[in-house]
Amino acid sequence: MGLFILRRVGVMILTALCLTFIVFFLTNLAPNLEKLAKTQGNARMSDAEVVQWLDNRGYSRPLLVRYGEWLGVAPGWTRVADDGTESGRCIDFGMTIAESPAFCGLFQGDLGYSTVSADDVSNIVGGRLALTGWLMLIAFSVMVPGALIIGILAGMKEGSRTDRTLSTISIASTATPEYVSGVLFIILLASSTAGISPWLAENGWIEGRTLFLGSSRSAMDDITFWNFSLPVMTIALYGMGYIARMTRASMAEVMTAQYIRTARLKGVSFRNIVMKHALRNALIAPFTVIMLQIPWLLTGVVIVETLFNYNGFGWTLVQAASNNDIELLLSISIVAVIVVLTTQLISDIGYVYLNPRIRIS
Amino acid sequence: MDPLTWSGSLGPFLNPLMLGTVVVFGVALALNIVMNIVGMRPAEPIVNADHTISYRLGAPDYMLLAMKYAVFVFLGAAVIYILGGIVQPSMQAKGIIGAVGAQFLPVWIALIVTFVVSIKFKRRLGLYGKLFDNLVGMIGFGMVMFWVFTAIFAGMVVTHGPIDVISGLRNDPPGSAVTGVDGAFPYYLLGGDGLGRDVFSRMVMGAREVLTIAPFATLFAFMVGITLGLPAGYMGGRFDTFITFLANLVLAFPVILLFYLLVTPEIIAAGVPVYMAALLFVLPIGFVWVLLYSRYRAQPHIIKWVAVPIVLLLLLFYLGTVFRFDPIVWLATSFIGYLNQGNPVGEWMETTRQAYEPLIGINIDGNLLIVFVSVVFVNSPTVFRIVRGLVLDIKTRDYVAAAQTRGEGSWYIMLWEILPNARGPLIVDFCLRIGYTTILLGTLGFFGLGVDPESPNWGSTINEGRRLLTVYPHPPLPPALALLTMVLGLNLLADGLREESLKD
Repeated sequence: MGLFILRRVGVMILTALCLTFIVFFLTNLAPNLEKLAKTQGNARMSDAEVVQWLDNRGYSRPLLVRYGEWLGVAPGWTRVADDGTESGRCIDFGMTIAESPAFCGLFQGDLGYSTVSADDVSNIVGGRLALTGWLMLIAFSVMVPGALIIGILAGMKEGSRTDRTLSTISIASTATPEYVSGVLFIILLASSTAGISPWLAENGWIEGRTLFLGSSRSAMDDITFWNFSLPVMTIALYGMGYIARMTRASMAEVMTAQYIRTARLKGVSFRNIVMKHALRNALIAPFTVIMLQIPWLLTGVVIVETLFNYNGFGWTLVQAASNNDIELLLSISIVAVIVVLTTQLISDIGYVYLNPRIRIS
Repeated sequence: MDPLTWSGSLGPFLNPLMLGTVVVFGVALALNIVMNIVGMRPAEPIVNADHTISYRLGAPDYMLLAMKYAVFVFLGAAVIYILGGIVQPSMQAKGIIGAVGAQFLPVWIALIVTFVVSIKFKRRLGLYGKLFDNLVGMIGFGMVMFWVFTAIFAGMVVTHGPIDVISGLRNDPPGSAVTGVDGAFPYYLLGGDGLGRDVFSRMVMGAREVLTIAPFATLFAFMVGITLGLPAGYMGGRFDTFITFLANLVLAFPVILLFYLLVTPEIIAAGVPVYMAALLFVLPIGFVWVLLYSRYRAQPHIIKWVAVPIVLLLLLFYLGTVFRFDPIVWLATSFIGYLNQGNPVGEWMETTRQAYEPLIGINIDGNLLIVFVSVVFVNSPTVFRIVRGLVLDIKTRDYVAAAQTRGEGSWYIMLWEILPNARGPLIVDFCLRIGYTTILLGTLGFFGLGVDPESPNWGSTINEGRRLLTVYPHPPLPPALALLTMVLGLNLLADGLREESLKD
C-alpha cells in the first residue's frame, strides 16, 4: 500500500510538471507575449518597442530557463538599467539586487505576480478558491444524496416502472449542460417577465419580484437561499444523472447476487435486504465516480460562475485566460491539476480500502 | 398586421384539452405515488381454472391507465396543432405553433418515411432494425433524426436569413409581424434577437453548424483513439505505458482551461493548430493503410490497385487540408523549373504555387480547424482508454488464440479479429460521444471561443441572449431547447442501442 501511494505520488508530480510546462509553453508563445506587451504597455507599440518591453521584463530569454525560474530551481533574472535602477524577478519595489533572494519560484512559495489584477497571485487565488469551495460544497451536499437516492430506488428493482422513469430522468439530466439548465432555471425561476415568478408575485406569495435571484454576486459576501439556489441547482443537476446511473448499475448488479437471493429465500423483508445487505456493497462503485466527478465539475463551475456572475475560481480562470495573465494562469492550472490528481489518488486508495477483495489480493 | 397568437384558431379547443391532460396526468401520478406508499400494488395476473389469465384491476391500475391516455391525448393534440398549421391557409389561423410546425414540413415527411421504411424492414437490418423494438431507443432516434433532417433541409425550413437584420424587430416577442421588407416571410415566428435577427432561422441554421462538426470530430477522435488503443492494449509494454501516461496527462487537464489556452487568435497565429492537426490527422491514414495491408497482404494486386491508391488519395487530401500543399503542383513547377535551368523562373514557380489551391482538400479556416482539433484532442484519450480496456478483455478469447496459432500478424488480429468484436460498446459510446461533443461545442460557443460572432451556432446564440435573459427570455430559449433535445436524443438512442445489443 505504501509503495502504491508513493508511486502514485511520483506519477502525480511528473504529470503536474508536464502540464505546467505545457501551460507555460502555450502562454509564452511569441504572439501571446506580444499581446501581453500591448495590453500592459501601450496598444500602439511598434515591433521594436515590443521587443524592448519584453527584454526589460525578462521575457526574451530561453523558455526552459524561465520555466526553471518560475519553479524556483534557477536563479531569478536581474538587470541593471543604464540609469542604474535595478530590476529583477525577485526584486520587490525599492529593493536592490543584493538584498533580494536569488531564487523565487513555486518551491519558495512565491506564485508570482498577476499582471491584470496588479497583485500577488497568492493573494488572489486563496480568496477565490474559498468562494468556489462554498459553491462546490453546497452543490455536492445536494447532488450526492439526491443522486444516491435516485440510483438506489432505480436499481433495487431493475426493469420496473420506477426504474425506467428514474433512469430516463437521469439520462435527461446528463443531457442538460450547465449553460442550458442555467438559462432555463433563470427564465423559469428568476425572470420578472417570464416563468413562474410574475405569477407568484401577483398572488403575493413571494416578497421580491422574483423567486430566486438571477445573479449570485451578492452571495460572495453573504450566502442566502435566495441568491445561491440557482447556481447550486445548475451544477448539481448535470453531475447528478451520471452518479445516479452508476449507482443504479452497481445496485442492480448487487441485487442479482447470490447472497441477496439467499436473504430473500430466508424471508428477510425487502426493506431490510436493501438497507442492510445490498446498500453497503452497492456504494463502492459510486464512491469512485463521485470522486472522479470533482474535476469534471470544474468546467461546470467555470460556466456557472460566468453565468451567475460569481467571482470565484472559475471566473478568475476566464479572466486570466482572456488577458493572458501568465503567472495567474499557471497557478490556476497548478491548483486544477492538484485537484484532479488528488481526487484520482483518493478514489484509487478509497476503492482499495472499501473493497476487501482487492485489499487482500 | 397583428402579431400572431401562440395557438391560432385551434387554440380555444385544444388548449383546454391539453391543460386538462396535464392536470389529469399530474393528479394520477400523485395518487399513484400515494397509493404505492400506502401499500396498494398494481394487479397481478390470476390464472383461471380454464388456464386463461385475467387481471382484477385495482385503483393503481386505473391511475396508470389514466396517465397513459393523458399522454396519448396530449400527443394527439400536438399532432393536430401541426396538421392544422400545415392545412390552414391563413397565418393568423395557424398561430405560432402551427406555423413553426408547417415550416418543418419537409422534416416531418422525411421522418415519417424513415420510420415507415425502417419498421417495415426491421428484421433485415441487424442492430439498427432491433432499435425499433425499443421504445426509448425509437424516441431517441426520432429526436436525433429530427435535427439531422432539419440540418439537411435547413434551406427550406428557415423563414429569414440567419444573419439578416431587421432593426425594427430587436428583442420583439414571438409572432411579431415583419413590416417594411418586401417578399420576406411576414412574421418572426420565435421573435427577434438583440440585433433584430430571426431567432427561429438562427436556431435552424445552428443545427446545420453543429451537425457538420460534431459527428466528424467524434469520428476522428475514434480513429485516433482506436489507432493508439489497439496496439497499446494488445502489445502492452513500454509503448502502452507511454501512451497511457500521455492520455492521463490530457485527461488531467481541465477541459475549459485547455480550450482557453488553445482556442485563441494568438495560438492560431503561432501555427499550433496546424501542428496538432498534422499529428492527429495522420493517424487515421495510418489506420486505413494498416487495415487494408494486414488483410490483403497475400494479394499483391489488391494492395497495388486498391490499397495504395486509396492511401495516396488520403495523403493528398491530408496535405491539401492541413498544409494547403499540393505535391502535384509542386512537382510540376519544379519540373518546369528544372527544364528552364539558367532562366529566371524562380519567381514564376513561387507565384504559381501560391496561385493554385490544392485540388484535393478542404480549405478549413483557422478558427474552425482549432475548434475541430481541440475537440478531437479532448475526446480521443477517453476513446483510447475504452478501446484499450476492450482489447485487454478480448485478447484472452479463444478466437484470438486461434488466429495467433494460424500465424496471423498482430495487426491483422487487432484490426480484423479484435476490433469487429468490440464494435457493440464502441457504437454505443460513439452515440454518447457525439452528444458530449455537441455539449463541448456549445461550451466553446458559450465562451465565444473560436467562433465567428455572426455564426448561428447554438452555444454562441445562448451566450448572446444571456445578457438580457431576465427581461427578454425568448432569444436564448430555442437554441437551449434545441441543444437539449438533440443531446437527450443521442443519449436515449445510445441507451436503446446498449439494451438491444445486450440482448443477444
